[in-house]
Formats: sequence, C-alpha cells, structure tokens
Amino acid sequence: MVNGLVLGSVYGLIAVGYTMVYGIIGMINFAHGDVYMIAAYLTAIFLAALTALGLHAAPMVILLVLALTMLVTALYGWSVERIAYRPLRASNRLAPLISAIGMSLILQNYVRLSQGARTQGTPTLLDGGVRLFENGPDQFVQITHAQILIVVTAVVGMGLLWYLIHGTAIGRACRAVQQDRVMASLLGVDTDRVISIVFVLGAGMAGVAGSLVTFNYGSFDFFIGFVTGIKAFTAAVLGGIGSLPGAMLGGVILGLAESIFSGFVNTDYKDVFAFSLLVLVLIIRPSGLLGRPEVEKV
Amino acid sequence: MMAIRDGGEPEGGGLTWATRLRDAALTGVIALLLFAPLTGVTLTGYALEGHWQRPLWLAAGVVVGRLLIGLFLEARRARPPVESAQASEKVGWIDRNRPFILGLALACALILPWFIGKYWLNVAILALIYVLLALGLNIVVGLAGLLDLGFVAFYAVGAYGYALGFKYLGLSFWLALPSAALLAGLCGILLGFPVLRMHGDYLAIVTLGFGEIVRLVLNNWMELTGGPNGVRAPFPSLFGLEFGRRAQPGHTTFHEFFQIPYSSETRDIFFYLLLLMVVAGMIFVVRRLRRMPLGRNWEALREDEIACRSLGIQPVTVKLSAFGLGAMTGGLGGVFFAASQGFVNPTSFTFMESAHILAMVILGGMGSTGGVIIAAVILTVLPEVLRDFAEYRGLAFGMAMVGMMIWRPRGLMGIRRARFHRSEVGR
Repeated sequence: MVNGLVLGSVYGLIAVGYTMVYGIIGMINFAHGDVYMIAAYLTAIFLAALTALGLHAAPMVILLVLALTMLVTALYGWSVERIAYRPLRASNRLAPLISAIGMSLILQNYVRLSQGARTQGTPTLLDGGVRLFENGPDQFVQITHAQILIVVTAVVGMGLLWYLIHGTAIGRACRAVQQDRVMASLLGVDTDRVISIVFVLGAGMAGVAGSLVTFNYGSFDFFIGFVTGIKAFTAAVLGGIGSLPGAMLGGVILGLAESIFSGFVNTDYKDVFAFSLLVLVLIIRPSGLLGRPEVEKV
Repeated sequence: MMAIRDGGEPEGGGLTWATRLRDAALTGVIALLLFAPLTGVTLTGYALEGHWQRPLWLAAGVVVGRLLIGLFLEARRARPPVESAQASEKVGWIDRNRPFILGLALACALILPWFIGKYWLNVAILALIYVLLALGLNIVVGLAGLLDLGFVAFYAVGAYGYALGFKYLGLSFWLALPSAALLAGLCGILLGFPVLRMHGDYLAIVTLGFGEIVRLVLNNWMELTGGPNGVRAPFPSLFGLEFGRRAQPGHTTFHEFFQIPYSSETRDIFFYLLLLMVVAGMIFVVRRLRRMPLGRNWEALREDEIACRSLGIQPVTVKLSAFGLGAMTGGLGGVFFAASQGFVNPTSFTFMESAHILAMVILGGMGSTGGVIIAAVILTVLPEVLRDFAEYRGLAFGMAMVGMMIWRPRGLMGIRRARFHRSEVGR
C-alpha cells in the first residue's frame, strides 16, 4: 500500500506535465518521460558534485539538488518546446507528434552517448524509517524516510502548482489559453509565452519526480523514461486529461493498482497490467474520471 | 525567457549583425547550461569524471548552427517565392517514363543477388523485409493518416505466428505465409475496432501500449513462447525441395535435384527472389488501391474527417480496412523475418523497431510509395555502410524525424497530393 502511494505520487507528478501540455496545445508530449529520465541523471550528478564539494548534511543536500535539478530540467522542457514543437504550431496534428517521438529518441540517445548505457546508481541519502502498527516483532508496517519525503514533496509541489494556476496572473493566462487559444491571444495574452511556461512547469515537476525516485530507489538507466512516461500518461488519462487534481488522483490510483497487482497476482505482468489499463480507459471512458468530454469542432 | 526570438526587424528587412550575434550568444549560453551537467561529467560509480571540453564543443556547435540557420532562413525569406516550374517539370519527366524506370529498377533488383556477396545479400533481404514493413505502415500512417506506434506488434504476430505454428501445428512456410498474415490482419481489425473511434493522439498512445503488451506477453509467457530464449523458425522449401546441405529423411535437396554443387548462397538467392516477388506484388496492390474508391477514402479521411462524414463516408469501416491491410503486410514481413533469421525472440520487437519503420515512412514522405521504398532501402543499407557510427544511429533517427517535420514535412521526395489543376478544371 505504501509503495503504491509512493509510486502513485511519482506518476502524479509526471502526469501533471502531460495533462497541462495536452490541455493547452492538445498534443501528447512524448519527450516528457525522457525529461524525467534526465532529471534522474542530473540528480545523481549534482549529488556527486555536492558530495565532492564537501556538503554532507542530508536536508541541505536534498534541497539544493532538488532546486538545481528542477532548474535544469525546466530549461530542458523549455528547449524541447522551442526546438521541436513551436515551429510546428500551425501544421496538422500528426507533425508535432512525430517530432515529439523524434525528440524522445534524441534525448534517450544523447544521455546514452554521454553517460554510457549501463545502469547507474546513487548512494542512499536517507535511511531508516518509521514503524507503524507494531503488533509484535515481525508484524509492522515500515515507512522509510525517503518514502515520506516523496509523498510530502509531491503534495507540496502539487499545492504550489495549484496555487500558481488558480491564484496568480500567470495561472489565469494559462487557463485562458486552455479554454480558447485564439480568443486569449486576441485579448492580449502572449500564447507562445504561456505555452513555454506550461512546458517549464511540467518539466520542473518531472524534474522533482526524477529526483525523488533517485533518492528512493537509487538506480536508473537511460531507458526508464519510456515505461514511466507511458504509465504517467495512463495516470493523466485515468484522472481526466487536462485536469490537475485528476492527474494526481490518477497517479495515486494507478500506483496503488499496480502495487496491489504485483503483490497479489504477478510481478512479471505488472507493466502489461498498466498498459492494459491505459487501453481500457481510453476505450471505455476517454474523458477520464474528472475530465470533460472533448467535442471536435470544425 | 525569450532568448531565441525572431529579433526586432529593422527597416528594410534583414537583421543587424548585432542582433544575430546576441541571439546566437544567448542560444550558446542556454546550450552550455543544458549540456554542461550531462556531457561535462560522467558518472562512474558514485563519483564523477570530468570531460570539460565536450559541452564547450557542443555549445559552440549550437551557436554556429543557430547563426547559419538564421542566415539561411533570412535568405529564403528575402528571395521571392518562385513557383517551381522546374520541379514540376522534373516530376513530369518521371511520370512520363514511369514504366521504363520501374522496369529498370525491377531488372536491377532481379540480377542484383548474383553480383553481391553473401553478406550484402543478407543486407538486401533485410532491406526488402523493411520495404514490406514500411509499405504496410505507409498504408496506415501515410494514406489513412492514423499514427500507429505499435506496428511492430503485427510484425511480431506474423513472426511468432510462423514460429509457433511450426512448433505446435507443424505448419509449413507456405501455409504459414497466408495464415500468419491473416492472423495479423485479424489482430489489427480486433484492435482497431474499439480504438479507431478516437483521434490521432489517443490512437498513437493506445497502439504504443498494445505494441508493448504484445512484446511483454511474448517475453513473459515462458511455457508458450520460450520467453527471451525465443523460438526456432525453419527455412522455407521450394515444392518440397530443401535448401540444406543434406536432406531430411524422405526429402530431396534443391542442389541434388538440379545437380548443381551445393552453395549456401543458392538458398539466400531463392529467398531474396521470393521476397522480391512479394514486395513487387505489394507495390502493385498499393498502387491499385490508391486509385480505388477505398484508397481515395483513406486519403480523404486523412485530410478532413468531418468533411468525410458529412459526405457519407463511414470513418470506422474505412479506417479499419487500412488498419487491417497494414497489419497484414506487417504480418507478412514478420513471417519472412522469422524465416530469414531462423529464430525469433522478443528483443526484435521493441518500440525502437516501430520508430525505425516510422522513420522510413516519414523520411520517404508519408503516402509516397516510391519515397518510402527508397527510404527503407537507404535506412537499412546506410547503417551497414557506416558501421563505425552505429552508436549514433538512434540520435540521427531522432534528429531526422524532428528536422523533417520542421523543414520538409512531405518527405525527401516531396510528394504531390492529388488535386485539381487549374488547366483541368478550365477545359
């Protein structure tokens, strides 16, 4: 259960990026999962760099690494949009999708070439944990500090994002563009800028997710973005694409479902399970749990 | 925020060198920030290893690239848009001599196997398999405009259909060829039925999920498929004549029957010619289909679904036929792949493979049969020639896909869409 919640928070954080981008420009950002993968690498690199500089206090290091990773991944998100999507704003629906797949290939191979293809690892920063429901020496639920960190950070991050979207001028512009891009631009909203901001925010959130996963599991390779990306997209669809709370909800549901499935049924087929869930949700209820049905207009 | 902008254009058009340089410098700074952490250091265990020159070179490359692209775009904007009469004349020349060119290409392809060695013959076989796959995907993506990211699933169904059919049912190659292709087509229709109601992006992700499901099931279902160990697939025979060095009891080998010395190349040449026949047949079918109402419907649907619906075209049936036909072609490719490798396992059917085939369709120009064939051949042969750069293959594919979408969305060949010409209307 706890594992599912942790996994779900991570999926939720990544799903936010999918859902916001889809809400605003109506395309799946295939490179998003790879931004998350890059975040995992950046975390390990910054961690090693800070350790080399002599910083050892865990809270300090975690905060710094989170901030740095977020910053650089946000920059990656911005560049991806600028290079691969903005020139295609006016073309048909297929072109940006294909360009996104190309971008995803570029990022994967770029990391593979620069960092090597083998699985990398980081030392554990946080060990120990809290024991709950202790009924004797062997019966207890253990929650590690890293898991607590993930859930708390995810909740805080989502809260901040919620405030940003619903409480500030930037957020108002984002929502306006989401509702009607042409109208918003007529009313003086710089839509290109808003789209950039959305990519930056989404990538930043994926950056947080990548950092947190690295803190917790400590091992990653250049291909993790693909599977996690599809799963996070499943979460976004499950919760209703375009909806922020839906993304988080979908993430948690998917995480729980996956950990229950692998705990009670079969670990080998847990990815098959997640993908089947995606296909089923898209067939049965494409608008998701909290989303609005999309009407295609001429 | 807006580091790379179009620049304030001074009077008379064209940017000043100051703006250009500032743009390039800003791009460079961003590139440096992006590249420095990932390429400047390498993780070795828990420690870092510095490669400080790498990000600098990359950033310098980006700066130069940005300057050149800026200048190039400016030059193109400054030039008056020429209605390229030359280009259409060239296309007209190709059109007029089409039978001649096709015949020549076919003749070259026919005599080819006797002049290249065994190694290149195998490459040629692989290239033909990819041509088949790319033609199949071209029906789905290029003609019907449905982005299918799980095409490899049907390829896998074909390959495993043959291998497992042989293992459990004793199906021969000649029986497996149509039945595995039909099976793949059926899978395509079964998958297509529920998903074709959704639009482009969802379809892409569902097919991607489906492709992964197929691969994971093949990988994990040890009892049936042997998991990662794979399954054996035998080589085809010709009218009961085998191509091995020695015949199995009760059979004759090809070289004994015709009283020629045994050579393993005979086998490959036979396979190549067989494949060539299937590919030629496929090209013929696709060319005919494009002129039939069905093909017209595909292309109409690709251009505007709502307009089609209001004209009474059933989108689901039309899409389903494209999906099924594409899947069938993929299945055919799979059978040939299994037979040529003699063995199949799930690692041949990853998403990377789907992306590879998609790259062929895109580079060739979506919907252009000739372009797709050429792209498939080039993309199979080129990596063999450039073996030393094999590492950069994925990177190059990705860049090609993004670059094509931005600069030449209609493919390297520059296909023409069917349209009314003014002269025709006026007549």
